[in-house]
Amino acid sequence: MSLLSIEGLTVALPKGGDRPHALRDVTLELNENEILCVVGESGSGKSMTASAVMGLLPEGVLAESGRILFEGRDLLVLPEPELRKLRGARLGMVFQEPMTALNPLRTIGSQIAEMFRVHTQLSAHERDARVLALLEQVRIPDPAAAAKAFPHELSGGQRQRAMIAMALALEPKLLICDEPTTALDVTTQAQILELIRDLQRRTGTAVLFITHDFGVVADIADRVAVMRHGEVVEQGPAAEVLNHPRHPYTRALVAAVPPLTPPAAQPLGGETVLRIEHLTKTYRKAGLFGRNRRVTHAVRDVTLSLPRGGTLGIVGESGSGKSTLARCLVRLLDPEAGSIHIDGQDRLALTKTELRRDARRIQMVFQDPYASLNPRRKVGELVAQGPMVHGTPRAEAMAQARELFELVGLDPRGLDRFPHEFSGGQRQRIGLARALAMKPEVLVADEPVSALDVSVQAQVLKLLAELRTRLGLSMVFITHDLRVAAQLCDRIAVMRQGEVVEEGATAEIFANPRHEYTRALFAAVPGQGWTPPVAFGAEEMA
Amino acid sequence: MALLQRYLRSPAAVIGLVLLLLVIAMAISAPWVFPRDPLSLAGRPLQWPGANPNFWLGTDNTGRNIAAQIFHGARVSLLIGLVATAISIGIGIVVGALAGFYGGWVDDVLMRITEAFQTLPNFILLLVLVAVFGSDIQTVTIAIGLVSWPPSARLTRAEFMSLRSREFVQACRVLGMRDARIIFREILPNALPPVIVYASVIMAVAILLESSLAFLNLSDPNVPSWGNLIGAGRGVLRVQWYVSAIPGVAILLTVLAVSLVGQGLNDALNPRLKSR
Repeated sequence: MSLLSIEGLTVALPKGGDRPHALRDVTLELNENEILCVVGESGSGKSMTASAVMGLLPEGVLAESGRILFEGRDLLVLPEPELRKLRGARLGMVFQEPMTALNPLRTIGSQIAEMFRVHTQLSAHERDARVLALLEQVRIPDPAAAAKAFPHELSGGQRQRAMIAMALALEPKLLICDEPTTALDVTTQAQILELIRDLQRRTGTAVLFITHDFGVVADIADRVAVMRHGEVVEQGPAAEVLNHPRHPYTRALVAAVPPLTPPAAQPLGGETVLRIEHLTKTYRKAGLFGRNRRVTHAVRDVTLSLPRGGTLGIVGESGSGKSTLARCLVRLLDPEAGSIHIDGQDRLALTKTELRRDARRIQMVFQDPYASLNPRRKVGELVAQGPMVHGTPRAEAMAQARELFELVGLDPRGLDRFPHEFSGGQRQRIGLARALAMKPEVLVADEPVSALDVSVQAQVLKLLAELRTRLGLSMVFITHDLRVAAQLCDRIAVMRQGEVVEEGATAEIFANPRHEYTRALFAAVPGQGWTPPVAFGAEEMA
Repeated sequence: MALLQRYLRSPAAVIGLVLLLLVIAMAISAPWVFPRDPLSLAGRPLQWPGANPNFWLGTDNTGRNIAAQIFHGARVSLLIGLVATAISIGIGIVVGALAGFYGGWVDDVLMRITEAFQTLPNFILLLVLVAVFGSDIQTVTIAIGLVSWPPSARLTRAEFMSLRSREFVQACRVLGMRDARIIFREILPNALPPVIVYASVIMAVAILLESSLAFLNLSDPNVPSWGNLIGAGRGVLRVQWYVSAIPGVAILLTVLAVSLVGQGLNDALNPRLKSR
């Protein structure tokens, strides 16, 4: 008999939602000593499945029919006190964002010890010993210090390790991981995945692993279930689903994963459109009388150049200075040393007024499709605004906006709508249209696809690649994702702690990374051993 | 339209709106219902309400018609409320927007000034202003506006501080927009809803402040305001209490109506907060 079996689970959403059911007739099985990956895009119901198992469904959301059998008992009809005895002790959970899942006012050690206080009769002394042993098990450096630390004093990866230690404290039979590595950097993600896999093998725990990333699935799954709109569309052994996907949705998802091999390089002229030389930006935190004074070198002596019509990828983890560099390029931030030349014009020598008048040379696409559009303006106006500020008559600017809407693949009839009526992918297209309306010579894109679902991400990448050839766009593309960089960039610069550690043609860097940090980044990309069986972008969602 | 629907869903908000509309109707109809000067002698002083069919709310201690004063007073109170609120919100928005958008020394200077105003009890400050500049109705209204702007400045500043770092503001800068345009055309519409809701509080307070001044005989004696009537009734409070009570009830209902409308607007503008 399997450890956990979900049978025909249907969960109703409150009336007035976009669909009547969060989950429909979901049937899943999880055996002991097995990792089941539940994969899906946002709104697929994958997290709702985890919440249903833990008995943590949001208010107003009720399980209508079906059963969740855990060790032969139906969790849906179990009274709350019985359920409480199971949670923590037999069912562990690791959340996506370790900073909000931990109590900021209590030390890591006391939060882990609480598991023992609630569920066991151990003495304080025994509890402390167990906490230390657990922290050692999850390989936190200096466990004794970590136990006394508060959550904000640890790094993201260490916090997630502490969360895993807490979830594993009472050796649960079932561990639920809800996107545990999504908020982490790629090198940290690789470590956490290895840790989960390793602990699972040693303890024989069953793991229900929720993720949106097929690379992660390829790395750790024994079996895979693919969800869409609250239904399981395909499930089976990992090798089977990954290499021979049958359902069209699964095939489309697999086709949306960019492969790690860059496509053939496009020919580029020798002319340089953007030249960055010795650019330096530091953040200073002033402290009273010199105490706590901190200087952060966000960008340190960066020299790069972008050939006309080419795409320069800037790859790095959080805190590497790649976003600061992007903001310096468009002068949202003022670097204190170095120079930026576009077409021979020194951008840093311009006064504020000149800069405003000459804004069209370099434009930017932002990361967050929800925050980057003014919610109180119609999207047509948002796109037409730039040219209008610079003196284009309204009628002409609106006609231009209409053309741009078609160019980026949106229905021009949507010009009169407000941003909230569009999906994330559509909004990112609007942001792109707004930047293109200025006819920029250089387009800076700051993680333009990282907030999007994988299938939408593939579409936007395709659009960017298309526009690049059609308009001869020169682009600086900021990303943390090497797979994305491989598909779009002609040249890649790898940044770490404000410095460019390696720079070169994409194919060269992918074939032969020279710097050790670049090699570490490549080693951490999830799902390297797996080549998607469906060509990138070959099949799309119905 | 969705906003109106959400607004009408709350019974308290509907009651507030009806009361407010009634007061507005009184103010508008005053010259037709009571064409005579409401401050002129109308009959024998201190007639109880209902005692004389000509004066259904009675007469005050100088023989003026109380009903006429209530109707004409509605105009004065609403006018003072609206104008003072406009002044106060106007100053508040400009100060708050500049402080919140620019930060740094601009913020420091503007906020110290705001704090200087806030540390003084606003009624005392109002008394000083009236004592110095006189007590005709324009001066009183402007003075009320001048003493009640700091909270709206703080509110606007807080909104601007959270909005200015949003990506859409950065996008506007990259497009080459001027600061003034970014502040007033892009950010301000997003920052307004809580300020508009707060305006109802300011309006209620403005009406009360004017009444308090009038009660101390420091408001303009040549206009038929509710506060003046309460002040007049003060001398006969123990026997003919209705002279003060009737305008008191009128003030109570008007302030209540304005507050309920503000609360209803708040719930309608932030539907998610309500359901929690």
